[in-house]
Amino acid sequence: MAKFKQALQSGKFVVTAEVGPPKGTDIKEMLHHIDLIKDRVDAINSTDNQSSVMRISSLGACALIKQRGGEPILQMTCRDRNRMALESDLLAANVLGIDNVLCLTGDYISVGDHKDAKPVFDLDSVQLIQAVRLMEQGKDLGGNDLNAPVKFCCGAIVTPEADPIEPQLLKYEKKIRAGAEFIQTQAIYDIDNFKKFMAYARKVNKDTKILAGIVLLASAGMARYMNSNVPGIRVPKELIDEMAGAPKGKALEKGIEIAGRMIRRLKDEKICDGVHIMAIGREGVVPDILAAAGL
Amino acid sequence: MIVGQRKPLAEIKEMVKNHKKILILGCGTCVAVCMAGGEKEVELLASQLRIARKLEGNPVEVLEDTVTRQCDREYMEPILEKARGCDAVISMACGVGVQLLSDLIEEIPVYPALNTRFIGTNEREGVWLERCMMCGNCILGQTGGICPIAICAKGLVNGPCGGTNKGKCEVSNDKDCAWTLIYRRLEKQGKLDNIRQIFPPKRFGLHVNPITQVNEAYQHAQKEEAHHG
Repeated sequence: MAKFKQALQSGKFVVTAEVGPPKGTDIKEMLHHIDLIKDRVDAINSTDNQSSVMRISSLGACALIKQRGGEPILQMTCRDRNRMALESDLLAANVLGIDNVLCLTGDYISVGDHKDAKPVFDLDSVQLIQAVRLMEQGKDLGGNDLNAPVKFCCGAIVTPEADPIEPQLLKYEKKIRAGAEFIQTQAIYDIDNFKKFMAYARKVNKDTKILAGIVLLASAGMARYMNSNVPGIRVPKELIDEMAGAPKGKALEKGIEIAGRMIRRLKDEKICDGVHIMAIGREGVVPDILAAAGL
Repeated sequence: MIVGQRKPLAEIKEMVKNHKKILILGCGTCVAVCMAGGEKEVELLASQLRIARKLEGNPVEVLEDTVTRQCDREYMEPILEKARGCDAVISMACGVGVQLLSDLIEEIPVYPALNTRFIGTNEREGVWLERCMMCGNCILGQTGGICPIAICAKGLVNGPCGGTNKGKCEVSNDKDCAWTLIYRRLEKQGKLDNIRQIFPPKRFGLHVNPITQVNEAYQHAQKEEAHHG
């Protein structure tokens, strides 16, 4: 069984983190980040042209994570590839020893840096999860046989702070029915509200492993920016005030402290099955966040 | 209806700069309603072109006409003579009208004055909204009469993405989140079960362009004719 799946099933508090591949062929910094966190977390996600900005592919970055001895989670969005390209990348991933996949819709093209590129969205995230499960049965979406099936630990995402929440939950149920076995959530900051989502999610399927999304706050300004510009993220006022109250030059330390505190509470109160840490460009501080969380 | 938008004068002027006698032909249906290519717009473009060319010392003779529908052969026949008497035609129809006219007067160049944009509704005065992507496999019966393929920027058929934003879309606050609209309408109708099913991947195989459609009754007639002919 794949390492990450074993961790999910072990009952321990699971920790994943992400790396964002660079735009260009200089991978020194990414490799440094991978080396820094690979033995501290259960798996490392590679983002897939994150925010619709063209970079090294998720598959390429996952192969590098694997080479460095890390456990990669292949993020796959539906934005840039039709079903044939997605399926063939799934085959390639599996033979390269990449055992985990996270299925996402993907941001729209126009938010990124190739505004006139064709948005694909041939499949949606639910159908992509179904495709993974179908390929595990040895079939492709064209109804053809594979010469040997794939095997993946397959996950999806959810936005617990989506407004309105009902249509989001309806889709969440479809993702679970389609076969998602783990969930990495969009950033959460309001743990009491997150508990409500968890109560609902446990009712949908108590076996689904849910990792709460932790996005590192680097400044009060970043928190305010996300509140007004990133749908589905809501930083409560008390946290913004706490960030704003940090001494000059100490905002990042405060953000690390807050992230650590949140993770500790999620773990101590057994609210969910683990966390997914997104340091967004500051991957180097992930070990500090883990230390702040007592992990 | 088909919604079009007139091209900038500079672009139109550049296309026809070497022509001396031009017919500007409007279309009296969709593009007239969306105020892009009807009789009034023909008149406006003709005046703009005459004045601009005169100022440049390169005067042009501009004829004006508008037909009911440029996508229909029977409405086009009566103006072909006039078109052939010119050395170019500017069509103010959608791309369909431009192509039919080009087919009918092959020896005369036809230039488009519009960009054809979408098929949609008039929402309020001066505002049109895309409503149908012509996917060839209509699911409006399950989605409360709101098309997720047209109204959702990503064309998602199984529910909203994480970019859903208080009823609006991550792409722009001008766009509604299709899945908020669909959910709310089906909620009112007591039909939320419609969208609990997982919709299968879209069938792009149904739309290999250019599509031809032959009416069933005519298919039969064509076969008979071939058989007896």
